[in-house]
Amino acid sequence: MADVTAPSSRAPARGLFTGNALPIAIFLLFVLVPLAATFKAEAYVLGLVTRVMIFAIAALALDLLVGYGALASFGHAAFIGLGAYAVGILASHGISDALISLPAALGVSALFAFLTGIVCLRTKGVYFIMITLAFGQMAYFTASSLAPYGGDDGLTVHMRSTFAGLPVFANDRALYYICLLSLLGAYLLCRALVASRFGRVYRGARENALRMSTIGFEVYRFQLVAYVIAGMLGGLSGFLLANATEFVSPAYMSWQRSGDLLIMVIFGGIGTLNGAIIGAAVFLLTEEWLSGFTEHWKVIFGPLLVLVALFARGGLIGVAQKLRGIFRG
Amino acid sequence: MADAVLRIEGLTKNFGGLRVTEGVTLDVLPGELHAVIGPNGAGKTTLINQVSGLLAPDAGRIVFAGEDVTNMPVAARAQRGLARSFQITSILPRFSVLENVALAVQARRGTSYRFVGNAADEEELNAPARAALAQVGLGERADLPAGELSHGEKRALELAIALAMEPKLLLLDEPMAGTGHDESERLIAVLRSLKGRFPMVLVEHDMTAVFALADRISVLIYGRILASGPPAQVRADPEVVKAYLGEEME
Amino acid sequence: MSLTLLIVQTLNGLQLGVLLFLIAAGLTLVFGVMDFINLAHGVQYMLGAYLAVMFYGLTGNFLFALILALGATLVFGLLLEFAVFRHLYDRDHLDQVIATFGVILFLNQGVKLLWGASPLSLPMPEALSGSVVLMPGILYPVWRLVIIGSGLGVALLLYLLVSHTRVGMLVRAGATNAPMVSALGVDIRRLFMIVFGFGTMLAGFAGIMIAPILSVEPGMGDTILILAFVVIVIGGIGSIRGAFLAALLIGLVDTLGRSFSVDILRLFMAPSPARTVGPAIASMLIYLLMAVVLYVRPAGLFPAKGR
Repeated sequence: MADVTAPSSRAPARGLFTGNALPIAIFLLFVLVPLAATFKAEAYVLGLVTRVMIFAIAALALDLLVGYGALASFGHAAFIGLGAYAVGILASHGISDALISLPAALGVSALFAFLTGIVCLRTKGVYFIMITLAFGQMAYFTASSLAPYGGDDGLTVHMRSTFAGLPVFANDRALYYICLLSLLGAYLLCRALVASRFGRVYRGARENALRMSTIGFEVYRFQLVAYVIAGMLGGLSGFLLANATEFVSPAYMSWQRSGDLLIMVIFGGIGTLNGAIIGAAVFLLTEEWLSGFTEHWKVIFGPLLVLVALFARGGLIGVAQKLRGIFRG
Repeated sequence: MADAVLRIEGLTKNFGGLRVTEGVTLDVLPGELHAVIGPNGAGKTTLINQVSGLLAPDAGRIVFAGEDVTNMPVAARAQRGLARSFQITSILPRFSVLENVALAVQARRGTSYRFVGNAADEEELNAPARAALAQVGLGERADLPAGELSHGEKRALELAIALAMEPKLLLLDEPMAGTGHDESERLIAVLRSLKGRFPMVLVEHDMTAVFALADRISVLIYGRILASGPPAQVRADPEVVKAYLGEEME
Repeated sequence: MSLTLLIVQTLNGLQLGVLLFLIAAGLTLVFGVMDFINLAHGVQYMLGAYLAVMFYGLTGNFLFALILALGATLVFGLLLEFAVFRHLYDRDHLDQVIATFGVILFLNQGVKLLWGASPLSLPMPEALSGSVVLMPGILYPVWRLVIIGSGLGVALLLYLLVSHTRVGMLVRAGATNAPMVSALGVDIRRLFMIVFGFGTMLAGFAGIMIAPILSVEPGMGDTILILAFVVIVIGGIGSIRGAFLAALLIGLVDTLGRSFSVDILRLFMAPSPARTVGPAIASMLIYLLMAVVLYVRPAGLFPAKGR
């Protein structure tokens, strides 16, 4: 597979961390976790890492937008929420089969992405950030006011999804591996996309949109397609999240959650795809670890973010590459 | 008279109170190299921007290959074979030289809505790209990041990208801008080798290039066409000499 | 839909609008002149309120508390600028979003540590705590009128400052083209500090003024921040006039929308669905407005950097 790290001022484009070694290591780790977990606190570890993988999918989608398209969406959590609510709402009407709720989750996300993308992509820079935020808020408020579906309090999903009638998602381990496979699939999809004809135009538009249009590419259309794909991956993430937590709530779509996703992508290193997964893991695990110390963990987390923004350009992958450069002499 | 590939009729553009393009009427015949010259601020780049679609004129018409493109967006004009190079280099610096050109080829060949397969490996796109690069003398530099090229090489790359579009008309906005003597000579040679294949509009300050290449010259002063015709005629026109060429030819 | 209710809610809408303007003005200037997205602007507002509560506890006098809190907010804001923000002016917006997001987390939690999580209150000055009769049958709280009045006063002051003083001219020039202003030899750092400090004080002032009406609690700046961003986006970044008009518009639309959404919808549909859909639409109204404005004018209504 080609080396497809996005040209990015945030992360140098070559090296160990952008070939295939890193993702193979990451996925291998994910595969081994349940085996290690047999020894202690199985349910807890499984649950935690499942969540990591679920958010990693959404972070991958966001990296596709932010890292490769320079489309900084501050409303990406809306897609997670939409996917989750698709599951929740259908479940509350007795429909639990994934054969229905998964396409529903993907469909709703795609539709929302399409309709909002049409408006958002006419704007640039901070206006784009703001309008994606606005649409995220709209989704949030709509969900909050859905009284029959729990409104502000959220909705319990009484039964996890089945697949053609089979309770495939019911077992925590099975769910774990389903999420792992979904993450792998999402990752491979994103890698392929970025290297493809489509991806090349899309990445080129990030570099020089004017040049792309004078060659004959309608940049807007390419960005819209990418936006819809990213939305659908977010919807997938939401579908899995509803199953994992057996609960859906408007909080899944809050702007703070959208901010969290951006942080995950940036932590790992934008425009690297691997970084999105690493970032999601680091963010959630750090959050979990710090909140074990003190309820006031945000006092530590906040400045940490500031430091990352100030000094760790290129995120963890960027830092690792710099260190490697130093050791190489 | 053969059908003009490009016909501009009464093109007018104002910026606030300033009339930048005033009733410009111009045509470009098949196979000819039509130069547009004039002092700085005459509105040459604005004219090119209107023809390529970056700016909308306030009045007038642009007809390209028989089609009225006055209100057509940039990408649509490019798809119909209207290619342009930029006065201020506009390339993808972090992509390789080859990919810069291959993208232009990709725009003409097949669909770009393909989501799998490594585009960078496609011979179908790379071969014509290499050919275009060879024509402008950049064959050896194909795999470098485009940002690492010298200024003159970047100007040549702009040309290669335009060539890869298999243009029906090529708009060249000061291709020699900022190039040294040797690089200018090289670009002139390349342009001469392309003459006749497709019509070109050449906006230039470099008079050596203009008189070496042009079949016809139009002189733009303060947004208006002062004179238009074969080089010898324009050179001798007293109005033109007074307004522009007098200084340039020193 | 009574006339009384309409008048009262219109005044409430004006009050919200004026409040939003105070916050948005600083935000749009900082953004326009320094190209700096400051998500932490909302916590300046929150800090103003908390500091006012603290100084009131120390002095027992609202006016003293106001003045001291304003001063303290300014100092704190400048400290933040010096320690964190000034290193971010050259960075891209995403870096700024992350860093200021981190500041929000830190300060929201910090405030919880110092003052606890339960809401605090600030009593308003005795003389202004009553209600006044505006029209027969309409009793309106004096304090809200004070807020509207002081907000309009600040708006006027800003207008005079920006259009009739040299600093104001530099600010306007900076909002249009900051590098050019710097290239002309103006001490851009000093200008930035002035703009930032002023914006901070405005936000703090808003927090102090609203404290007697709302409860002072951690995170109170977050929702108002989003609203303020909506205001500056609709108004056009860098434009105070735009911020003023947009703030009033949003204040009115949001307040009137929430009050009358159900009633308006009842004209088109049955009472029960109207009661569900109404509040939902009301909370989305301003975002819909922003989406429509941006669709028609992707750079807001009065962008400082020209169309």
